[in-house]
Amino acid sequence: MPEYPPKLHEVLEDFESINDRSERSEMLIYYADRFESVPEHIATRPFNEAHRVPACESEAYVWSTPRRDGTLDFFFAVENPQGLSAQALSRILAETVSGAPLDQVASIDPSLVLTLFGNDLSMGKGQGLMGIVSMVRAHALAQLKAS
Amino acid sequence: MSRIVDRGYKHPEVLVSTDWVAEHVDDPQVRLVESNEDTLLYAAGHIRGAAEVDWTRDLNDPLARDYIDREGFEKLMARIGVSPETTIVFYGDKNNWWACYAFWVFQLFGHTNARVMDGGRLKWIKEGRELTREVPTYPPTTYHAPQRDDSRLRALRDNVLQHVKAGGQLIDVRSPEEYSGERLHMPDYPNEGALRGGHIPGARNIPWARAINPEDGTFKPVDELRSIYEIEQGLHPDQDTVVYCRIGERSSHTWFVLNYLLEHKHVRNYDGSWTEWGNSVGLPIER
Repeated sequence: MPEYPPKLHEVLEDFESINDRSERSEMLIYYADRFESVPEHIATRPFNEAHRVPACESEAYVWSTPRRDGTLDFFFAVENPQGLSAQALSRILAETVSGAPLDQVASIDPSLVLTLFGNDLSMGKGQGLMGIVSMVRAHALAQLKAS
Repeated sequence: MSRIVDRGYKHPEVLVSTDWVAEHVDDPQVRLVESNEDTLLYAAGHIRGAAEVDWTRDLNDPLARDYIDREGFEKLMARIGVSPETTIVFYGDKNNWWACYAFWVFQLFGHTNARVMDGGRLKWIKEGRELTREVPTYPPTTYHAPQRDDSRLRALRDNVLQHVKAGGQLIDVRSPEEYSGERLHMPDYPNEGALRGGHIPGARNIPWARAINPEDGTFKPVDELRSIYEIEQGLHPDQDTVVYCRIGERSSHTWFVLNYLLEHKHVRNYDGSWTEWGNSVGLPIER
């Protein structure tokens, strides 16, 4: 595994140890239950389309704001109330890459969604979720270039 | 929305309301089956007593692009505690796409004692009805299924090619952008690998969503459906019809409408759909 933010690394290790489909679902729902949409001081509806994740059927959005140390806090919205997978992934990312070193965030492989969601992921849903990770990466890369 | 029996359907018995489901949650002769696109939804909350039938894990052959065989179907029915006498009520996300898809696959094995819950999961939730995360278990049943019979309800690639050459009725239920070839996938969905855009020659474009009321996902009454499919689009109920979409799930929804609500005589679902046709060498395409 490439050098990932330590918190993300831990979560991925947890998911790698899961073989049971229902246990995986429970873990993902645990994160989806704790999903919090972007606070109003960061963004309000209608959201700027520039923050919308392309090809995500759950209508996900990503924002970031810089911390004093130069790292980023990440915020997400998932406008489709049935978009549990997008909510789970967003919560995992919000918890594990906010405040992480930018070079680590920028090197996250979008295919990590396969580790999280397993083989049940359809191609369509997989690409949408990878789009969320790709947008997080893009924010980190842009911040690295700007700093 | 009007009562199902008042909407004039040819076979109103294939639809049940959310009220009916609420009244039959504990009916041992009824098995609720939830089928979704998002595999997390069932685990996150389902109607009490409902079993999950997943379209990839439970209905598809694990290796070939095909459906389970008789043995696989019998095992599935035993797992969800269904006997040939059990009334199965399908419901799910995406306005019942996958519920209709599962319903269609079950018909390939002749389980005709099946219904769809009008409006699906979304209507149930919008009405504030209860969901649970408790996964039920059922005493396993012994179910003797016939061999899968694809001949009446399923169209394969060569069947469709013959149908096209014969000038048969063909319905593309995808979005207008997919039909025209402007897109290779649904709006807001990623490209799932079709190399060519467009539609099968001769296909009419009647997006699946025209059959439902968008606010709650219930089916439109028969007069409105007839107006769309027969008057506006000129489909003849007595002629053979093939429906298709991208992988056969949206077209299952339209198959259900034509077959049961309007009683068109011979409607087949082409489940290979655009992911097969748009990738096949040498097949004709129209834009």
